[in-house]
Amino acid sequence: MADDKDVLRDVWFGRIPTCFTLNQDEVTEREAEAYYLLLPRVSYLTLVTDKVKKHFLKVMRAEDVEEMWFEYEGTPLKWHYPIGVLFDLHASNSVLPWSISVHFKNFPDRDLLHCPSSSVIEAHFMSSIKEADALKHKSQVVNDMQKKDHKQLWMGLQNDKFDQFWAMNRKLMEYPTEEGGFRYIPFRIYQAMSDRPFIQKLFRPVSPEGNAYTLGDLLKEMYPAAITNDGEQKRYQVVIHGIEPLLETPLQWLSEHLSHPDNFLHICVVPTPSD
Amino acid sequence: MPVSLLWAVDVYGRVYGLSTAGQQWDQCRDAQMEFKRVTAAQQCCWGIACDNNIYLNVHASDLSIRYQEETYENQRWNPVDGFSERLLPSDRWQWSDVTGLQHQPLDSFQLPSSSWEWEGDWYVDENFEGEPTEKGGWTYAIDFPATYTKDKKWNSCVRRRRWLRYRKYKAMDTWAKIPSQHTTLPDPFSDISCGGWEISEEPRGRLCLWAVSLQGKVWFREGIYHHNPEGASWEEVLLPGEVVQISCGPADLVWAVLWEGQLIVREGISRDCPKGASWAIVESPSSDVGATHVAVGNNVVWVVTKDNKVWFRRGVNSHNPCGSGWISMVGEMIMINVGQNDQVWAISSEDRAVYFRQGVTSSELSGKTWKAITVPRDRDRSHSSLILSLSVFLSAGCFFCGEVCLVTSTSPDTFVDAPSDPPTDTPKPRIPKVTSDSFISELVSDRESGRTSRDVGKATPTVLEEDTISHEGDAKAPCTGVALSPSQSGSPLDTQWSNVDLEEAQSQQAQTGAVLDSADTCSLSSVATYTLAMEDPYGGDEHPLWAWVSGGGCSVDSHSQLSWFNSVNTASLVQSVQSMSLSVSPAQTAAWRKQIFEQLSERTRREIDNFKHYEQAIEQSVWVKKGSMQWWRDWKPHKWIDVHFALEQFSGPEGNKDGILFIYYNYYEEKKYLHAFINEVTILVPVLNDSKHTFAIYTPERTKQRWPIRLAAATELEMHDWLALLSVSCCDSRGIHGPPSKQAIWSITCKGDIFVSEPSPGLEAVPYPTPCDQMFWRQVGGHLHIVECNSVGIVWGIGFDHTAWIYTGGYGGGFFQGLASSTDNIYTQTDVKSVYIYENQRWNPVTGYTNRGLPTDRYMWSDASGLHECTKANTKPPSPQWTWVSEWAIDYSVSGGTDREGWQYAADFPASYHGYKTMKDFVRRRRWARKCKLTTTGPWQEVPPIALSDVTILPCAAQSTVDMVPVWAISNKGDVLCRLGVTALTPAGSSWLHVGTDQPFKSISIGAASQVWAIARDGSAFYRGSVSAQNPAGDCWYHIPSPAKQKLKQVSVGRTSVYTVDENGNLWYRQGVTPSYPQGSSWEHVSNNVRKVSVGPLDQVWIIADKVQGSHSLSCGTVCHRLAVQPMQPKGQSWDYGIGGGWDHITVRGNSVEPPHIRLPSLTDTSSPRSLLEVRNTEVDSSTSGC
Repeated sequence: MADDKDVLRDVWFGRIPTCFTLNQDEVTEREAEAYYLLLPRVSYLTLVTDKVKKHFLKVMRAEDVEEMWFEYEGTPLKWHYPIGVLFDLHASNSVLPWSISVHFKNFPDRDLLHCPSSSVIEAHFMSSIKEADALKHKSQVVNDMQKKDHKQLWMGLQNDKFDQFWAMNRKLMEYPTEEGGFRYIPFRIYQAMSDRPFIQKLFRPVSPEGNAYTLGDLLKEMYPAAITNDGEQKRYQVVIHGIEPLLETPLQWLSEHLSHPDNFLHICVVPTPSD
Repeated sequence: MPVSLLWAVDVYGRVYGLSTAGQQWDQCRDAQMEFKRVTAAQQCCWGIACDNNIYLNVHASDLSIRYQEETYENQRWNPVDGFSERLLPSDRWQWSDVTGLQHQPLDSFQLPSSSWEWEGDWYVDENFEGEPTEKGGWTYAIDFPATYTKDKKWNSCVRRRRWLRYRKYKAMDTWAKIPSQHTTLPDPFSDISCGGWEISEEPRGRLCLWAVSLQGKVWFREGIYHHNPEGASWEEVLLPGEVVQISCGPADLVWAVLWEGQLIVREGISRDCPKGASWAIVESPSSDVGATHVAVGNNVVWVVTKDNKVWFRRGVNSHNPCGSGWISMVGEMIMINVGQNDQVWAISSEDRAVYFRQGVTSSELSGKTWKAITVPRDRDRSHSSLILSLSVFLSAGCFFCGEVCLVTSTSPDTFVDAPSDPPTDTPKPRIPKVTSDSFISELVSDRESGRTSRDVGKATPTVLEEDTISHEGDAKAPCTGVALSPSQSGSPLDTQWSNVDLEEAQSQQAQTGAVLDSADTCSLSSVATYTLAMEDPYGGDEHPLWAWVSGGGCSVDSHSQLSWFNSVNTASLVQSVQSMSLSVSPAQTAAWRKQIFEQLSERTRREIDNFKHYEQAIEQSVWVKKGSMQWWRDWKPHKWIDVHFALEQFSGPEGNKDGILFIYYNYYEEKKYLHAFINEVTILVPVLNDSKHTFAIYTPERTKQRWPIRLAAATELEMHDWLALLSVSCCDSRGIHGPPSKQAIWSITCKGDIFVSEPSPGLEAVPYPTPCDQMFWRQVGGHLHIVECNSVGIVWGIGFDHTAWIYTGGYGGGFFQGLASSTDNIYTQTDVKSVYIYENQRWNPVTGYTNRGLPTDRYMWSDASGLHECTKANTKPPSPQWTWVSEWAIDYSVSGGTDREGWQYAADFPASYHGYKTMKDFVRRRRWARKCKLTTTGPWQEVPPIALSDVTILPCAAQSTVDMVPVWAISNKGDVLCRLGVTALTPAGSSWLHVGTDQPFKSISIGAASQVWAIARDGSAFYRGSVSAQNPAGDCWYHIPSPAKQKLKQVSVGRTSVYTVDENGNLWYRQGVTPSYPQGSSWEHVSNNVRKVSVGPLDQVWIIADKVQGSHSLSCGTVCHRLAVQPMQPKGQSWDYGIGGGWDHITVRGNSVEPPHIRLPSLTDTSSPRSLLEVRNTEVDSSTSGC
């Protein structure tokens, strides 16, 4: 029988085959070949693209190189969203591999945060974990951890060490049995076709009567349009890690098993492909 | 925690049970009448019914209560007739008991009561001290009384034979009246209390039952034990006053309340004198208000005074049954009951609800708070109660009938209030009548008049309805169906009687409640309907009025997860014991989960499988974990030294993970290190003791040397972290994930730790099998004494406390948390065992036996060997995992027998002890036992309720498809049991079938062809005939004598081979077993120094070899494999030694993987069986896991 543990592994080891091509406008000494890579869904673009950078720098002059950034079909890709979220949000129904353009000029300051070093990613990642734990346990668990424990979480993500990461992360996933779940579920709902940032509000996993809330309950409250009513044509897909869980899936379970390493449940609502 | 029942009686006399796993009170349907009081033990419940008779309800068990009647037929030889029934005038009776003093013809045996039935007719016993007799069962002697032999000799003048007949207790799960002794019992009983089951371990099922009559006399029921649940007779107990109520605890505590309000305490209760000797008086806690009620447990006394105040008695224990002082407690109660583990229930005087005392632990016996049990009652009523309410309400109904218009035109609130000024003919007297219990009725009538009348109000509408139908005959009232009972008809909102399942009923109930709330505030137009729904018995159900509660049979403790306290919607929440899961078992099959699993694998196919040639974004690297530990150094003198410990993990060439562990130490100021490759580690053994948290690491080389790497961590937690990490690492390096396979080999250490090994295909290869010391063992959570399996994946275990457990298919548990453990299939497991110490004394002419020994003597308080001092104070539980759960008590169940004070006598230490004093005895000793308990988790679920001592599962061939898998077991009382309904999907089966035997058994094994062998307590073997799929229990036992002068103790049957082990450690092979003669012809000696044997479906033979005798009394075992076992040579040739140092049990009965066939020239060397006495390096053995 499939075990819930396998879900954690599947989530962690999710990969998106990606084809990086240099943007046409970049000045090169010779033609740049495309670069193919399996990107971890749960990681961050700027954390896993050192090889891409190295590859393209080979054909460029140093003076033409500014900060690297990525774009997909005209949309600059926010590095501070997990890679899987970017893919699900912008390219979920496109042909694989995912084709990303690499830029070294004209950094779109309005759309993207700068990412001068991996310590910025670490800071962003750790602040997400802390925020999530504030929601889940009033920050009690994360505050009880030592500096080296925090480091273990980060190193686990950085080096793709599932065991190392989960040895620590499981503490963040505990909750008192009698309460039936976390205090609040850390989630973010992203909408494609919208310039608004994600939706993030307080939402408990269990109703005052003790019923477990489901994904459907959450959407009904946060984004009713995402739910297909009876008789309606399905307009939106609700995608988490590239899959569409049923709306009756308990939210607490989702939070424990389908959260990203930053401990947030990232939910993408994308339009159903028209074909 | 097994499911058990809390019993309660409501004010109408209806008896209810609440299961520890349940969420509603279930009415005891069998009760044909109302009860006043009940008192429960684990196996039965006693009650006083409204007819003032005492009833007993014995809970059905798969193990029937059988009683063996026996009588002897005696004959004498005379020259004319030969042996005949003509005896000399001075001889005993022709039919007599064993002593010959009692005349006992066959027809003199009568069933003791109508609750018994004969199982069959009389028959002759043809088994004499483990040996079969000649046909007819006669045994011979020179004269009566004398020593009998089974052989007739020239001087045998008399003979006798034993006749047996069994009777069975048939009144299971039903209230059976205890026949009253009219002559001695002039007045009816008013109170009853049972307990005393912990006074002694044996005989099991013994109970003390105390009763109080209306005149205030106290009676003690004699002779209640397992084979006689009804007891024999009532004995009056003399009293210093008139008693109103009595309470008997599980052990030796008995308190009673006098009419005057004082309390009396029974003193002198002991194993030999359960009735006690005298009474001591304890004054009521408050000087002006007398006590009305008392409840006692093991070490607690709770009292209620007339003003309903609750008191707790401080300092009560066996030595001081009177205690030392009163503590006033919160809450106002009318009665209190103390159940197992000193847990407390009470009925509140305010709302008559049952309250449970939360937080009662052995260290905090008074608990923390009262919590109301709020579960609803079941939706049905028995006929008796129905008739009762009918008769009670008929008159009242008429009265209320006139008020119909009033009711329909007022708000529900008004209706509730309406009868607050009840007319004189309201059925108020019914409550005293039903409870017929002086002080409760007093309370009901005086203090609860408002409630009483409200109660009337609640019940009234149903009667009103009935009335409407009968008198006017149309559907004016809002009822729909034809009413068979007053409450059966109801508004559509009344979900109470519909046949929906429980959960639905509850949610509907919740909805109904919500609607009703709103009804309170909405317009009056629809009030009539709502009123009826609300005022129906449903309303009464929210506040059932309880009169009595008994927790004596209810096995809970402060850690128990109970779903008694919020009746709505807790089902899915309370069960999520694991921190990582809301995934309770019903959800495992939920559609949403399936969808996620399916979509994730679909995603893997889509996004990864076609792109495997792509480069990975993150390169794998080395990960190191470091720590400080202590190491038992390799060189002499051996001692613990501080070391640095590091585990380096990396990805191996084929992508599988691997690692190396390093131990950095200083050797004469020089830095050195020791390392071990993770893929060579064969086992990690935790060795917890009370001083250090240590574990041992073995490799094949270390197993050969019998010298593991021993490490000690600073804390238990740290040790468990390391063990879990190393274990995951070892499993990763060998590619072992998830649960053990069906072929797995299971073993257990003397500490109860469970290990499992995946057999390699070459493990049973001939002539070059995989060496045993290369087997990789991983630990599985839980704590067991015995484990047995077969090749379809059915695994049963038995704990030290004889609890039966079934393997759930999970892995991990215990200290394996997070990723090394499955999330589902892991449950709490407890085990209890006794720690023994000995009190030693020497006789001297002046003072007799004293605790002053000779200077050369052993310690006056010691372990069994006498080598170590073990006093009551300094003896600790075996490891920090264990906690004491009882006090030190004398153990009478020592082999060799004891006197009344538990002493055993001998000429000198150490010697063989006997249970009586002779002139030559100068020393004596007695054994003290104290129970300790361990709580852990593992992939095991309890199979209640019968405690087992052995179990065996049919070993299947590799490809066999057996639907029903035969499972046999021996109960801890020695009964043979056959489990029905066991399949690969339902490994726990459904019920036990009891297989009759003439004596208790101790070991059993079933072979691949359903051949069942068993060992009786007398050491002889039995073969069960005609066992087949159609006849799973077989038809009769064939007695097979044991090897000469040896008592067998264990048997294991493989495909065809039958092996036994005797009490002297000899291993025997049964020669001459053929399909046509399955009993075989003789025993052949194979080896000595054997503790246990397991024969598998390939006829492979594995044993636990005892250590060398005499080095240490608590010897430890080693796993050994018999080499060169072949069809033509089933006894094999020699032993291969595997993991050792504390192993206690192994089962290879799951391994049916045929080895790859290799043909080699036959071996000419048929050396004689090698003795196991040559075990290497035994000193080390003991040090790894010294029990």
